[in-house]
Amino acid sequence: MSDPLLTPQSPALPPRRRPFFLRRGPMEAVAVTVIGLGFLMLFQPFALVLYTYSLVTLLAGTFMFMIVSKFPE
Amino acid sequence: MHADRRGLQTATRPLACRTGAPFSLTKSDAAVTISNPSLADKAAEAAARATPDGVVVRVRALSDRAIAWLFIAPTIVLLLAINIFPLFWAIYLSFTNFRANRPNAEVKNVGLGNYSRVLNDPDIWASMQTTAHFVFWTILLQTVIGFALAYLIDRKFRGHAFWTTLILIPMMLSPAVVGNFWRFLYEPQIGLFAYAVSFLTGIPTSDIQMLGSVNLAPWAIIIVDTWMWTPYVMLICLAGLRSIPDYIYEAAEVDRASNWRQFWSITVPMALPFIMLAVLFRGIENFKMFDMVNLLTGGGPGSTTEVASITLKRDAFEAWATGRSSAFAIVLFVAVFGLANIYVKALNRVKQR
Repeated sequence: MSDPLLTPQSPALPPRRRPFFLRRGPMEAVAVTVIGLGFLMLFQPFALVLYTYSLVTLLAGTFMFMIVSKFPE
Repeated sequence: MHADRRGLQTATRPLACRTGAPFSLTKSDAAVTISNPSLADKAAEAAARATPDGVVVRVRALSDRAIAWLFIAPTIVLLLAINIFPLFWAIYLSFTNFRANRPNAEVKNVGLGNYSRVLNDPDIWASMQTTAHFVFWTILLQTVIGFALAYLIDRKFRGHAFWTTLILIPMMLSPAVVGNFWRFLYEPQIGLFAYAVSFLTGIPTSDIQMLGSVNLAPWAIIIVDTWMWTPYVMLICLAGLRSIPDYIYEAAEVDRASNWRQFWSITVPMALPFIMLAVLFRGIENFKMFDMVNLLTGGGPGSTTEVASITLKRDAFEAWATGRSSAFAIVLFVAVFGLANIYVKALNRVKQR
């Protein structure tokens, strides 16, 4: 879009895309990853520390998902 | 006569609305008008005129929206009373040291103490792993076997309806019956299961202690759950397979796609939403599995089959640590809620394809 050759030729430019952290698609993917991570932490048999912090991770992911899924595309 | 009737209905509709009973009045009107339109017309007009202005306004206020709310209000009230309120009450209790067997004791706020105890308890951690083992293997086995059975039944061979019914029988039994029933089947001395295994492998029946052995008991409950609920997965998969139109396969035949290719490029993708639905239902159900495992092993031997819900029940109604078990329940709730979020998103993506 910043290309000087292209901008004058296209008068009806599409509106600028929102920044990454305000778009629904990628942020939902991030939230889902956090939830999945928390879920694996809750059920993994390797370290008690991970189990201890699983609830915080799950809550963070879930709340993030609730907020982020209201964002526009 | 039909056109006449319709014209009259539109004519009487405003009047009927004013009298306050739009549907019943127009209907009976229509019935009467077939024989004598002018009389019904007059009656409706008279009724509309006789209605006091106050009534007209009041009845008119009952919009479609209001009627819809009126119909769902009882359900919402029930839902609030027996689902939503206990949820919030459990959240409150999880921050206190409340004990249900001491209702008169002073209830103290302990902050996040219950959560830190639940999340640092190795026993509860172990029960989580038991649950994970149970859920993972039951879902894997049920999905694979269920889909295979559905695929075979969908071949529509002679008598496939009979076999469907036969396969569905375990699903129709009560989990309590299945638990008791399989406890007898698993008996080392008199049980049919031990007898069959010993007949096939030569191991003496007294060594096949499915429910008594630490190594075998987790698999014993997996076998029973798979036996009982595979038909359910099969039923959902069968619905999915039946919904695939034949012409897609015909087109694939024309393109000379092999059976193998047809299976992976047509059958599996098109049945995938149904398979995922089955996995969702079974996952949630097995996550909270209680009745069958409680009857089969009661969490034993030791605590090798103590799934999370049994630990929760022991904490809540044997140790009477209501506050702590509420915190545990909230942890489980958050886990299921997060999982459901992921799942709904995945399901939507599959549907969009």
